[in-house]
Amino acid sequence: MNNLSTYLIISALLFSLGLQGILLRRNLIGMLISVELLLNAANLNFMAFNRFLNADPVAGQVIALFVMGLAAAEAAIGLSIILALFRTMHSINIERAQKLRG
Amino acid sequence: METSGLDIMMQAVFWGMVGLTVAGAWIAVFPRNILYNVLGLALALTGIGALFVCLGSPFIGLMQLLIYVGAVCIAIVFAIMLSRPMHLEVPPWPPSKLAMGVVASTVFFVAAVSLALKTDWTPSPDRVSDTSLWSVEKIGEALLTRYELVFEVISLVLLVAIIGAVITAGFSRRLSP
Repeated sequence: MNNLSTYLIISALLFSLGLQGILLRRNLIGMLISVELLLNAANLNFMAFNRFLNADPVAGQVIALFVMGLAAAEAAIGLSIILALFRTMHSINIERAQKLRG
Repeated sequence: METSGLDIMMQAVFWGMVGLTVAGAWIAVFPRNILYNVLGLALALTGIGALFVCLGSPFIGLMQLLIYVGAVCIAIVFAIMLSRPMHLEVPPWPPSKLAMGVVASTVFFVAAVSLALKTDWTPSPDRVSDTSLWSVEKIGEALLTRYELVFEVISLVLLVAIIGAVITAGFSRRLSP
């Protein structure tokens, strides 16, 4: 429908917003949300390249499914780490998680 | 005349979805209240799913809606409710850190956009107009024949992640006083 550059620009905008969030936030859940934005921007890139450039029509969709599964696994592990950190630290500000500092 | 009207409507729907996605991403990053961030993330992910449908792949769009909006966002809301209301303890951002973050992401955005615009993408001629190859049957067949290793590996990764999440959350309860 539209050309490839439109999707690439939207994806770059999403990626830079996610990068902004992951650089600024000190809340672990906020950083996890930004990581999800980054993964989705990459996914959008994969789907756009698959739609317009690739000769094999299913490769990009399989990659997108793989990224979605990895993002679900990452969210599960990240949220369990957040819960464990909250139980021991009573805070999820990552600047207070300094027990391993020498 | 009929088709051009339909085309204009599709363009309007597309740009509406783009606006929804960008607005959701904005809400997901900038407000202080963490619950607003999660709801903005859900909005952005729904918009990206609609963009996948616009790209001609409704299956991946549905998977996006099911996995991200239905599972990941709900899990994040669940984790927020299990811990304390965190918007109370967020300090305001120091302006130097804010400026550095803005500069870094702006540099990345300009670099990526100029790369996307300067490169001469040569589209595959039989893919631009063709949408018949995008059926769910094709994806299922490819997942069970050519990309079967991907399928197995992601099942294994999800299993290990589930076990690891249970162990991490459970052990911390036993260890904490």
